[in-house]
Amino acid sequence: MSFGLSDWLNIAWQFASVSLFAIGGAIGLLPEMHQFFVVENKYITEDQFTSGIALAQASPGPNALMMAMLGWGFGINATPAGQSTIPFAVMAFVMSMICILLPSCLLNYTATKWVHKNSERMIVRAFKHGVAPVVVGTMLASSWIIVAHDMNIQIYWPTWLLAFVAVLLVVFTRLHILALLGLGALVGMTGWIA
Amino acid sequence: MLSPYRYELIYSNEYFRSSKISSIEKTLGYSIKLLEFEYETLVVMQDTFLSDSKSPEHHVGNARPESPKALFWALSMLALQGFGGVFPIARKVIVEKHKWLTDKQFLEEWAVAQVLPGPNIVNLSVMLGNRWFGGLGAFLAVLGIFFFPSIVLILVAIFFEHIKDLPLVAGALKGMGAVSAGLIAGSSIKLATGLKTHPITLWGALVFSFFAFLGLVIFHFKLISLLLTLAPLSIYLTYRRIRELPGNHPNNSENQP
Repeated sequence: MSFGLSDWLNIAWQFASVSLFAIGGAIGLLPEMHQFFVVENKYITEDQFTSGIALAQASPGPNALMMAMLGWGFGINATPAGQSTIPFAVMAFVMSMICILLPSCLLNYTATKWVHKNSERMIVRAFKHGVAPVVVGTMLASSWIIVAHDMNIQIYWPTWLLAFVAVLLVVFTRLHILALLGLGALVGMTGWIA
Repeated sequence: MLSPYRYELIYSNEYFRSSKISSIEKTLGYSIKLLEFEYETLVVMQDTFLSDSKSPEHHVGNARPESPKALFWALSMLALQGFGGVFPIARKVIVEKHKWLTDKQFLEEWAVAQVLPGPNIVNLSVMLGNRWFGGLGAFLAVLGIFFFPSIVLILVAIFFEHIKDLPLVAGALKGMGAVSAGLIAGSSIKLATGLKTHPITLWGALVFSFFAFLGLVIFHFKLISLLLTLAPLSIYLTYRRIRELPGNHPNNSENQP
């Protein structure tokens, strides 16, 4: 794979342009990012997408770091032959983070006062309630995108089963996220997950 | 059911008190459910519960960080403790440990952070930094949230980059990926249970969730086109229902008790 400056700019622009649509957090952006990074442009592989999300979940900090991990994967793939991948990956990581944060932070910086003053208004309350169902849908779509990249159920049913068990554990227990991910890692080590 | 502590938190929030207390008495508990929904949304959106912060007392919260640097370090510590959602830790650090905000102020700030686009914790950091130290404070606050977690994540990623081709590690990553999907689905289901008391009813709300899901997964719509079609419709219907509630009148932004 060889990527040039235009691809770096393309990614920077993609992050910056979705920044203002991250309602309810960065997780809701995953389906669109999957389409952009994996399907349309083949900047990263399906495995890089999944493992980037898993590593971001397993390490501390805001969920927005998932976005940086997509950049990380691209940085690795965009490294010219013969050079060390890490500097490029770090560069892409930082670039992705800045591009996804800058627009929403700037908006926030300017709009906070207005929202504060008007938080009692029905339209602001309606906004908060009104986007909630859409956020539920986008989050559910995000999880679907992670496991459903291949619909071949005969091969991938263990993946589905593991994800389903994780859902049950999240909803019905208070197990720590690291315990759940550790469990997933152990199950995965058996080679059972395709 | 609401535990006493949750109740207190809800009532400690002036927003709830001023806008809805009259309707609580009038509408036979409907509004309590509405409050519960708001509260659930508030908490569940961050994929977590408030359970590990049990202290019911209110904090005075008159303190403020002595310097932007102090805020930076506090938020760094906060971010490094946050796995899969930082809401409970944010509250613990900012309200209980440093007493920079009261519970009430914190929930108000959080509610605003939710309305604005972008990750909630980032919005909260911008607001806090800006509140005390202006632009520089906002910058350092966001830096605090991301700097050390980024370094940790980069080290983890470098480590895995070197070993990812080992079959054992590749398998582990796949397992963790499947669990990640489960984690996200689980938190969206928790969020969906909050829709039970949605102004446009559970089924009305789920129709919007369903179409959002369908649009993204099957038709690969861009998020922007989804948010410009489904969200305004949902907000409009919600607005109409909220307006019909007793105690609410059109343009009642000054409707203080």
